[in-house]
Amino acid sequence: MRIVLHIWRQANAAAAGRMVRYELPNVNTHMSFLEMLDILNEDLIGRGEDPVAFDHDCREGICGMCGCMVNGVAHGPLPGTTLCQLHMRHFKDGDELYLEPWRARAFPVVKDLVVDRSAFDRLIAAGGFISVATGSAPDGNAILVPKENADRSMDAAACIGCGACVAMCPNASASLFMGAKLAHLGLLPQGQPERDRRVMAMEAQANRELFGSCTNIGECEAVCPKDIKLEVIARMNRDFLHANWIGRGGLKGD
Amino acid sequence: MQYRRKQDIHMSAVAINPLNRAVRFYEAPIGKKAVMAVTGVMLVGYVIGHLLGNLQIYSSDPQQINRYAAFLHNPSNALALWGVRLILLAAVVLHIVSSVQLWQQNREARPLRYYKKADVPTSYAARTMLWSGPIVAAFVIFHVLHLTTGSILPLHDIGPNMPDVRYNVVSGFQNYWVSGFYIFAMILLCMHLYHGLWSMFQSVGISHPRYTSKLKKGAAIVAILIAIGNCSIPIAVMAGLVTY
Ligand code: FES
Repeated sequence: MRIVLHIWRQANAAAAGRMVRYELPNVNTHMSFLEMLDILNEDLIGRGEDPVAFDHDCREGICGMCGCMVNGVAHGPLPGTTLCQLHMRHFKDGDELYLEPWRARAFPVVKDLVVDRSAFDRLIAAGGFISVATGSAPDGNAILVPKENADRSMDAAACIGCGACVAMCPNASASLFMGAKLAHLGLLPQGQPERDRRVMAMEAQANRELFGSCTNIGECEAVCPKDIKLEVIARMNRDFLHANWIGRGGLKGD
Repeated sequence: MQYRRKQDIHMSAVAINPLNRAVRFYEAPIGKKAVMAVTGVMLVGYVIGHLLGNLQIYSSDPQQINRYAAFLHNPSNALALWGVRLILLAAVVLHIVSSVQLWQQNREARPLRYYKKADVPTSYAARTMLWSGPIVAAFVIFHVLHLTTGSILPLHDIGPNMPDVRYNVVSGFQNYWVSGFYIFAMILLCMHLYHGLWSMFQSVGISHPRYTSKLKKGAAIVAILIAIGNCSIPIAVMAGLVTY
């Protein structure tokens, strides 16, 4: 089938970008979206042109490297799917697709469809972790975890940090990502000691990275390839209010 | 979990400047959202109370609404009246200032717009909060100028501190432009309240798969009821059902 692509081409972070039109006359319906881009790139290289830069790694939907906007939807039209797991059978002959990189001040474009997502790494470094004592492994089941909490924590931990939530959010907010990390750690006993500090540190870091804030729109939830729910953002808000007004951070010892 | 159950604040908390803490809280977007939620509750509460007061115009006793107005304007209630007015004014100012600050910050978070952008599940109400908000605010100013200060149409009084509300409302709403603007503003208020009423729960951290969908439905019902109640008055006047 024939697919027309309009792709954002930008030589480097400093250069101005523009949309460039490409026509692919023979796209196989069994190809994944990224395989279609591979074909385009082989063609471009053959013609001596610069191939389209795009991020990818596992191509199994588990690493979080891939992703771009397809006709204004992060990861394309199929819900709960990363771009690498989107196949061309979901498109029609003659479709025109507009591919753009994630756009956020916190995610500067490196080249074409590749953006720098190290702001997410800095959010994690600020507080998205638990401190553990190293040494011999603890006994299994020594720390009891209610089944519901284990499940919900696991659901939140499914976040692969792809950045689709930020890309789709009208405010370029990282709330869904932060909420997922805070729920993942905060629902487990091991996450309790640093719970107040974690939310304060991540929130402060998100502001330093110039992410926007949540206005409860829900576009992040709609495009999240791992189906993270808006509920994690409410949980983050609750943790933040708790840490500010009820938590004991900043108090002198008893 | 022991430490979460003990929620008393010790004396030492006072030593760590509480003003500092409040400022730091407000500086965070989540703090501003909480401020918007709390001031939003206050304003919705007022809107409902105001509507219930207004509905007295349908009383079989034509003087009922004027008696209610005279009660509110009674000089012995002046302290309470001005207290409520000042609290509402403070809530309005906080609500608007924090929303403008958030809006500015959010706009700067995406300097370059998308060439193409879909709005996947976004409700029309959520996307238009920034339009419905200022228009409702402009309406509130118009409304105060119209029926409180009498700067738009001359107001009648029965006596000192006894406004002739019935006359003022009916004469105002016989003007199609005035009625039209009231109805338009109430439809926008309805959308603003629909998104705001459930959002305020999310902003202060209340969300549960069992209740949130019901909360959204409840928000829609309350918002629509408020709009119907408020729109009914200009419509009833124009239809000649409420007369002076
Ligand atoms: S390439 Fe790993 S998730 Fe798509």
